[in-house]
Amino acid sequence: MDMFDIIGPVMIGPSSSHTAGAARIGKIARLLLGGEPVEANIGLWGSFQKTYRGHGTDRALIGGLLGMEVDDVHLRDSQAFARQAGLNVTFYNAKLRNAHPNTVVMEIANAEGRRIRLQAASVGGGEIVIQSVDGLDTDISGHANTLVLTYRDTSGMIARISGQVAESRLNIATMRVSRCAAGGEAMVTLEIDGVADAALIARLSALKDVYHVSYLAARGETVPETLC
Amino acid sequence: MQTMAEVLEEARTCGSIGKAAARWQAEQDGVPTEHVLERMRASLAVMRQSIQDGLSPELRSVSGRVGGQAAKMAATQNAGRFGLLGRACAYALAVAESNACMGKIVAAPTAGSCGILPGVLFAAQESEGFSDEALVYALFTAAAVGRVIALQATISGAEGGCQAECGSAAGMAAAALCELYGGTPKQAADACAFALMNSLGLVCDPVNGLVEIPCVFRNVGGASQALAAAQMALSGVSCPIPCDEMIATMKDIGDTLPQSLRETGDGGCAACASMCSRS
Repeated sequence: MDMFDIIGPVMIGPSSSHTAGAARIGKIARLLLGGEPVEANIGLWGSFQKTYRGHGTDRALIGGLLGMEVDDVHLRDSQAFARQAGLNVTFYNAKLRNAHPNTVVMEIANAEGRRIRLQAASVGGGEIVIQSVDGLDTDISGHANTLVLTYRDTSGMIARISGQVAESRLNIATMRVSRCAAGGEAMVTLEIDGVADAALIARLSALKDVYHVSYLAARGETVPETLC
Repeated sequence: MQTMAEVLEEARTCGSIGKAAARWQAEQDGVPTEHVLERMRASLAVMRQSIQDGLSPELRSVSGRVGGQAAKMAATQNAGRFGLLGRACAYALAVAESNACMGKIVAAPTAGSCGILPGVLFAAQESEGFSDEALVYALFTAAAVGRVIALQATISGAEGGCQAECGSAAGMAAAALCELYGGTPKQAADACAFALMNSLGLVCDPVNGLVEIPCVFRNVGGASQALAAAQMALSGVSCPIPCDEMIATMKDIGDTLPQSLRETGDGGCAACASMCSRS
């Protein structure tokens, strides 16, 4: 914790957890999807469900999906921007078990037909955790530069993926692997020291049996959207 | 700089808590001090704008329950009648209302308590003509104090009640004011201790769980606590209880607060009949 965690963040009110955290979840969901989202079906749970309207949680989630940051003054008008951008959003009351009070589940799709489901929680002070993507458990916080790959679960995949990361002279700080079934879809989340470039993303995307690569730049660092 | 005692030790070598905090941040980031001062200047600019945004009479929150009240405080003759206190209170309400209405603010230390620090600092600047540079260092003073509270206790209303949010913000603002007016680091620590002392036990009881009622008005209360605490400390009134002990006791009280008074929207103002009937 440093001085700017106390005087900061600069954000759109009214709530770090219900507004700023929600915007960050939307932004990371957008990066995980890749490309412009055209459809979002969003379920709210707990305090999110009870207070979303007054806290602007819905507007913040939509703004994030449109690529807005937590301090973007357009967050409050995000519904109008969504209509302009052709993003169709619906909200519903989710029924979850043992979930954090500020939890959101969403299914989003882009124009190319790629569709993902994810569950995320806003855990306080603008901090968030992406808990699962397409039913695969993860714990993405967005603090570090993070690579998220989905691939067919087969022997040697982790070695091939980490080999490419090593070739870019990047160190893997943390790694989390999960899968639905042997031979099924699997996901690896890699937090890296340093910055991934377009060349690395391209090499990872070209690997046999890799379905999709997302790159989430850490907070405060901007990354060209084309990388994601 | 994890305790007030350590902060005061660092301040001894730099002359002020604000300078010690800026130096610490620059060392953390491995950058020149000028770099972190520039970052803080940007936050100061957002704070200044958030006062202007919040003074609009047309402002309304999504729920429609707050907004436009600060404009009344600033517009009526009361703004002048109550002097520095009056301006600080009006500005604190302006920023808090701007936050409630999805305006752009700087969390200080949280969004719910974001009005107190800019409220007192900009009111003091108007009264005394302090430079922006002096205000930037005052923000570092506030940051160092707030960081100690966050490390040793909590700045979350859900954990410690409003004493942890508006109480901490008042403590930070009191210390910042103290150094701004030329007080010693020890006086700044005393000012923080006084503001915390007078905020002990304050509960977090948002109506409908929203950062509106009583939150925006608690920011006004926090600004007045900060000014009173700074005045005491600057006058040489020394707090009989050291700041570190006051922070620890704030945490102890927070731990014993019932769940209904920790941001659940179940007790306190949130449970008042007039508020329940509208939900």
